[in-house]
Amino acid sequence: MASVEHKSHDMGLHAEQLSGRTQQRFFDASEDENFTYPWAHEVDFDKKAEFDAADMESTDINLKIRELLQSGHGDITIKNPRAKHGVGVGILNRAKITYDGSLGYFGCGLIDGPNVHITGRVGWSCAENMMAGTVVIEGNGGSTFGAAIRGGDLVCKGDVGSRTGIDQKGGTIIVGGRTGAFSGFMMQRGRMVICGDAGKNLGDSMYDGTIYVGGEVTDLGVDCVPGDLTELDVKWLSHKLGMYGVSPSCGIENMKKFVAGKQLWNYDNLEPSEKKLVL
Amino acid sequence: MCGIAGLIHRGKSSDVGSEMTAMLQSLKHRGPDSTGFALYGNPTEGQYIMRFKVAEQEDMKRGFDIHQAVIDRKAKVDSRLEEMGVKVVKKEQATEYSHRYIFSFDGDMRRLADFVEDVEGAEILSIGKGLELIKDLGEATVVSEQYSLSGFQGTHAIGHTRMATESDVDIRSAHPYWAYPFNDVSVVHNGQLTNYWTFRREMERRGHRFMSDCDSELIAVYIADRMEAGDDLESAMKRSVDELDGVFTYLVATSDALGMAKDVMAAKPMVLYESDEFVGLASEEVAIRSIFPNEIKTWDPYEGEVRVWQA
Repeated sequence: MASVEHKSHDMGLHAEQLSGRTQQRFFDASEDENFTYPWAHEVDFDKKAEFDAADMESTDINLKIRELLQSGHGDITIKNPRAKHGVGVGILNRAKITYDGSLGYFGCGLIDGPNVHITGRVGWSCAENMMAGTVVIEGNGGSTFGAAIRGGDLVCKGDVGSRTGIDQKGGTIIVGGRTGAFSGFMMQRGRMVICGDAGKNLGDSMYDGTIYVGGEVTDLGVDCVPGDLTELDVKWLSHKLGMYGVSPSCGIENMKKFVAGKQLWNYDNLEPSEKKLVL
Repeated sequence: MCGIAGLIHRGKSSDVGSEMTAMLQSLKHRGPDSTGFALYGNPTEGQYIMRFKVAEQEDMKRGFDIHQAVIDRKAKVDSRLEEMGVKVVKKEQATEYSHRYIFSFDGDMRRLADFVEDVEGAEILSIGKGLELIKDLGEATVVSEQYSLSGFQGTHAIGHTRMATESDVDIRSAHPYWAYPFNDVSVVHNGQLTNYWTFRREMERRGHRFMSDCDSELIAVYIADRMEAGDDLESAMKRSVDELDGVFTYLVATSDALGMAKDVMAAKPMVLYESDEFVGLASEEVAIRSIFPNEIKTWDPYEGEVRVWQA
């Protein structure tokens, strides 16, 4: 684990300081068991499986994926998902999963671990509450893209709708095209990269985190302020965007950086039970 | 949560009845209460099509006299049409309480509409040269079969599956709404209008009629009001985005155009597919997939966006 931490420190990923008692206790990187679930299946990434979901309901598709994971398949392709809702949710396993087509609402929500590739588009709330892994979408995305994600990389190579990364709590959201209004609304941590234009009220009421924009920003939301793009930022952006083959037309070094002004902060470190005593 | 859908074939006719049925059926989960269609067929010169009902579906289950009452109401509508100088070419009965008339008329359409709707229980669903507005309780395939919509040839259509939030589950509160008294203008809406009563009072002062307490009806009345004031469809829709408050996505269709508008928060969904021959819009991609099973490039329109396409 030490080597992973060392690399991430080098890339400036630990520039933000956690604050608050609960958050400090929430996760301890030194505990190995935090990285896998006891019920996760051992899979072989060379063991491939493919099925056609054209005439299947979402529930049946999800059950089929779980069956394949259970039987050790590490490379699963789902043909013709036809924009059905709730497909691929709650997968807490390492695996390579490819959707050959489009997903509807809540596609890949609540996942922790898999590397997902979607060749079509996704509907609203793609990868909502995602915890780890990667989701790469070749087409466009709907609104509330990556809402409340906590970790992992969520990449849309096309345009996405409004409220991208609302309530983002960690991880990285990368949009190859443009995004709509209220992107990064109430963002709390993590990074968002918009290669194209961003709609109005970008980063409104954000608590923390960083937003990078390559195109034009219609306007900034409350308490979202421009930041200085450092060498570390450029290094990190080059690395991340290079991984997924997207780039802003203006060039990475010309991207704009936005952070929280922290004028709206009104935190205390008291637990709710302690607060009662104080009040 | 409601489901709305629209489609337009550019420069050709198609079986829009079956296409819209498939789209709305796939949106059934967004609203099971009622389904409505506004289909635009190929108009015949000098002729209008009127769809009207003389009772609610629920009324037919109550009372001993209702079956005779709907016959009497229809007879009264017939006599009033005759009195106004309407020449009815064809009469069809879709259900016990709803009818489809083809007629010719060159008088005051608003007066005609008012006179017909003055009959107890009568409500005109639509009057138009191409527009036929069908709405009833139940899911898309049920309504489509009941009114024989499969095979309806036309250029464009809009439709709605309703989850009732603001008003009753009945036909008068079902979408689409006809933009009384404008021929061939209809509206479907997904969302809530928060300044409904303010605007309704203003519209009523200007002489517009409201048949229901559903906030969506306001959009149809608003568009009618603006068009009466001389706005074209796109200008009226752009103005509505500024003036109507709330969260909404709505579609408007006229005899030769289809338009969409989204509120400034973009809080209600819409997925759009556009090609040189066809434009399809729906609350969810799954509806577009019902007529395009293969992959096509779709996207979400942005906040405050207004688009109008010509047939």
